[in-house]
Amino acid sequence: MTKWLEEHTPKLVLAPSFVAIMIFVYGFIAWTAWVSFTRSRLLPKYEIEGLIQYERLMASPRWETALNNLFVFGALFIIIAMVLGLLLAILLDQNIRTEGAIRTIYLYPMALSMIVTGTAWKWILNPGLGLEAMIRGWGFESFTFDWLVNPDMAIYTVVIAAIWQSSGFVMALFLAGLRSVDQEIIRAAQVDGIPTWRVYTAIIIPSMAPIFLSAFIVLSHLAIKSFDLVIALTGGGPGYATDLPATYMYAMAFSRGDIGQAASSAMIMMMVVFAIVVPYLYSELRSKDD
Amino acid sequence: MKSYVLGAVSGLAIVASTAASAGPEAEVLHYWTSGGEAKSVAVLQEEFASNGGTWTDMPVAGGGGDAAMTALRARVLSGNAPTAVQLKGPAIQEWYEEGVLADITAVAEANNWADVLPASIAGHMKCEDTWCAAPVNVHRVDWIWANADVLNANGIAMPTTWDEFNAAAEKLQAAGIIPLAHGGQAWQDATVFEAVALGILGADGFRKAFVDLDIDTLKSDEMVAVFDQMRTMRGFVDDNFSGRDWNLATAMVMNGEAAFQIMGDWAKGEFLAAGKAPGEDFLCASTPGEGFLYNVDSFAMFDVDGDDKKAGQELLAKLVVGQNFQKVFNLNKGSIPARTDVSLDEFDSCALLSADDMQASSDSGSLLPSYAHGMAMRGAQAGAITDVVTAHFNSDMSSQEAVEMLANAVANSL
Repeated sequence: MTKWLEEHTPKLVLAPSFVAIMIFVYGFIAWTAWVSFTRSRLLPKYEIEGLIQYERLMASPRWETALNNLFVFGALFIIIAMVLGLLLAILLDQNIRTEGAIRTIYLYPMALSMIVTGTAWKWILNPGLGLEAMIRGWGFESFTFDWLVNPDMAIYTVVIAAIWQSSGFVMALFLAGLRSVDQEIIRAAQVDGIPTWRVYTAIIIPSMAPIFLSAFIVLSHLAIKSFDLVIALTGGGPGYATDLPATYMYAMAFSRGDIGQAASSAMIMMMVVFAIVVPYLYSELRSKDD
Repeated sequence: MKSYVLGAVSGLAIVASTAASAGPEAEVLHYWTSGGEAKSVAVLQEEFASNGGTWTDMPVAGGGGDAAMTALRARVLSGNAPTAVQLKGPAIQEWYEEGVLADITAVAEANNWADVLPASIAGHMKCEDTWCAAPVNVHRVDWIWANADVLNANGIAMPTTWDEFNAAAEKLQAAGIIPLAHGGQAWQDATVFEAVALGILGADGFRKAFVDLDIDTLKSDEMVAVFDQMRTMRGFVDDNFSGRDWNLATAMVMNGEAAFQIMGDWAKGEFLAAGKAPGEDFLCASTPGEGFLYNVDSFAMFDVDGDDKKAGQELLAKLVVGQNFQKVFNLNKGSIPARTDVSLDEFDSCALLSADDMQASSDSGSLLPSYAHGMAMRGAQAGAITDVVTAHFNSDMSSQEAVEMLANAVANSL
């Protein structure tokens, strides 16, 4: 009996969460995939109608805007947040005295919810209320910074707010990475008289490759599921200029009673996530086998 | 022991449920949660209770009803629909097609709804041949509100054509006043658009375009003219309009910063709440052109089990369309009664104008459902049109391009 228990306890303990994940994650992914092939409107229907929802999706200019925005937003957000985070981490790594306090200050935006970030930046960037009004009030009458209300530039305000929110977190990740680099190697390099910038570019940064990968994965999934920031900052506007796939899906599912469209857009979002995560998982698994 | 406890518990449950179910019962899902609206619902609750009913309130705030619809979907899918739900327009028929609405024809016939409601509004309350919903009020959407002092100071009368409006707006602009207070949210863009469309297309054109979704009308030269006028209107809006809430735009008219606003008659509530008098401080008129765009709130009745709930449903339907509730509710809400035989003595001049116009347009066949407020067509089509309208208004897209996009978007949404 005890031997049986010994053998099976791990399975028994894991079983409930395994079942829950199978149903509530993979089960519902399968359900969404099924619905995306139907003509569901207000309530889900289950007769398969083929690819009609995907065809409608591809023909929709609003979806095109949403997808373009995702790539613009995702690329800029990930690259700038990583560069900025790395820079902050390196500067903070110079054995400065108040490091603890500064680190907390930079990490603090992460503690705010995206809704708060979005609302605050909405006020800061509002031309009649925030930055533009303030600088004009100083006497620079011709100063213009109207990105928030300019349909061509509005998506970049989302980038600004998202970077403000996340770069401190990326900094903390990189800082941990910098600290974990073997100090012996660095000292050896210093003894050899190698300049500091070379120590960083040739030794420290390359040895932090796994941290880059983690930061990339965390940031890219933040970018793909971005929803609350856009809702709070621009409401998807002006027009639908700052729509992202997540806000598109929400509009279809909850405002328009078009569940089929919502399901098909959700499937595309999932495929984008897979396109990023699968190579990562693959490389992780392979390196373990080695 | 265990089974004894279970038995006792279930026995108690039966006692409790029979005790609670004496008389009509109604569980009502609605999204009237803001100050004036909540007060209006309380009127109905009291009336329901004084008729011996038990009211279970289920208010779901947020998202202009989106959150309530999500709650409704969950309730219906779990086979436990509320008795009555605040629904409007073609959404009623959409739910009927899912086979979940009840038949309240008996109440409607006993109370002569067909005679006291305007025909086109009654049409929304019917599912095929049966009555399935009860109307609460009529909001007029195609209103233009103005600051009386600003118009006087600049020698401008309320415009009766869009050309007059444009001329007045240019004059105001030269005088340093924002001609049109507007909030750049998609539904507000759509509200202005449908008022312009009604003016330029006329009642028949509007019906063809936004009720029948006739592709030829959607692509016609008149529709190009509608978008041209929208482009002109864009020039009359201040630079900072993006994302502004409608009540802030109303406040701009109130304090003289802007002259006009095109908005439904819920804007009147803002003026009145600020102590402004209609006709003196602010003016109301229908937007240029013939017709009347209505936005009718209603309660759709869902299929429920049990005689108590059915009795509650019938009582609720009777009270909602009753004269007393129609008067008190609409006085609170700023709209006008849906039934035409309610005494309007206590209503203000804007409401009287609205009631007269409703009667006149009902007789002449120009009483039309508002597309921007989900009365004319289903969510997917209305949304597709709004996408184009707001994309055009917020970019430098040409009218011709917009018309092409409009036709494609409507075809794609079917």
